[in-house]
Amino acid sequence: MSVRNEPNVLSRMEKTGSTILKCMHCGVCSGSCPSGRHTSLNVRKLLRKACNDPAVLSDDSLWMCTTCYNCQERCPRGIDIVDAIFEMRALAVQEGIIYPEHRKVGELLLEHGHAVPINEENRTKREALGLDPLPPTVHSFPEGLEEVKKLLTSCGFDELMSEE
Amino acid sequence: MANVSLFLGCVIPNRYPGIEKSTKLCLDKLEVDCIDLEGASCCPAPGVLRSFDKATWLALAGRNIALSEELDRDLLTICNGCYGSLADANYEIKADEQVKKEVNSHLGLIGRNIKGSHDVRHITEFLHKEVGPGKIRDVITRPLELRVAVHYGCHLLKPSKGRVGSSVERPSFFDELVEATGAESVEYPDKMECCGAGGGVRSALPDEALALTGHKLSMIESVGVDCIVNACPFCHMQLDAGQVDLNGRDGTSHNIPVLHYTQLLGLALGFSVEELGIDLNEMKNLEFFKKFV
Ligand code: SF4
Ligand code: SF4
Repeated sequence: MSVRNEPNVLSRMEKTGSTILKCMHCGVCSGSCPSGRHTSLNVRKLLRKACNDPAVLSDDSLWMCTTCYNCQERCPRGIDIVDAIFEMRALAVQEGIIYPEHRKVGELLLEHGHAVPINEENRTKREALGLDPLPPTVHSFPEGLEEVKKLLTSCGFDELMSEE
Repeated sequence: MANVSLFLGCVIPNRYPGIEKSTKLCLDKLEVDCIDLEGASCCPAPGVLRSFDKATWLALAGRNIALSEELDRDLLTICNGCYGSLADANYEIKADEQVKKEVNSHLGLIGRNIKGSHDVRHITEFLHKEVGPGKIRDVITRPLELRVAVHYGCHLLKPSKGRVGSSVERPSFFDELVEATGAESVEYPDKMECCGAGGGVRSALPDEALALTGHKLSMIESVGVDCIVNACPFCHMQLDAGQVDLNGRDGTSHNIPVLHYTQLLGLALGFSVEELGIDLNEMKNLEFFKKFV
């Protein structure tokens, strides 16, 4: 993998890793993981890799976690495992490692203020139910959508999503 | 009773509007003071967008909560994902002045400000606490004779830090709400397990997500139920559309009706399958619909 800004990545992983280092490898997390029952995710090993190997950022299993929090709730060392997964995912996205489907979700948010915007089929369903064809969200309030777009720009989210 | 503003999110109004309609019908019958939270956006979605960038997640969540603060109301969610995102963000903003300052530095650009004065609620804990199973039992007009598989979903309960939490391993408040409609909440193996959709797994790795869903469905089918009841449109979508996907992919014959709690309660309050949009699911189970004609 190509980590473009390796020193930065390693130092941020160190920050995350400092709590991960409390891990005693009991395996409660991986044993509690509903995803790991069916996929190649082994969250204990993933955390171990996170301590010292930047290649963790391109590990496929990083995105197999459903963020169910079983592992974090049960970890006897009180490690915030899911927070660490979020941190690694954020680093991966900064490195441009992102599934096209996920980038698409980000683009929809940038354009509509909704990760799942309305479509024709559901306008019709809404009308059949006696609801307005558009919900009273940013879909009906263009000035609200403008606010959302301003926030996304000020957080640099538009740039993050445009990176190739 | 706390006054609330209704936060819709994305999946309910734009994919399962029957849940929006059912929520309004139920809250009206229960005389809850609830108005639309106008101009709100995506919560933003916890799995994917929170994963991408924490500052963005906090700023957008902060705006949604600030809109509700301006109405002097708690924010009511009807989705575990929205609840997870907004309750966690509210917790971080309330707990850490520095975080609040950063969020407000963004919100200032659009003339808004978050104070940390109000709470984020979820419809199930709200109904359990503010209305109570007893009152629900009193107002229903059509006691339901149904065997129900309750699916709590993950983000209703976890992470437990910052939630007004019940037990995360063996909670009971949702079962009590379901039983207040006359239905029976049936125990089944792996009841607390994830539907498979969260964390962006459904969108990017649908086969992995379906593996979890298929397991969950087979556990539910092993005890025999009339329907699944959830508290989250994302679980709802995964368990409903997921049955169609699994049947198409693996030749299975899953056919379990999936209802949001407000749709179950709506049935017990005398509303029809059509009024509640239960017939707008992907999975059409005519046997189930016939019970309510
Ligand atoms: S449960 Fe906690 S201590 Fe045990 S292996 Fe997992 S992270 Fe390490
Ligand atoms: S939060 Fe992720 S890693 Fe932890 S148990 Fe759930 S699916 Fe597994």
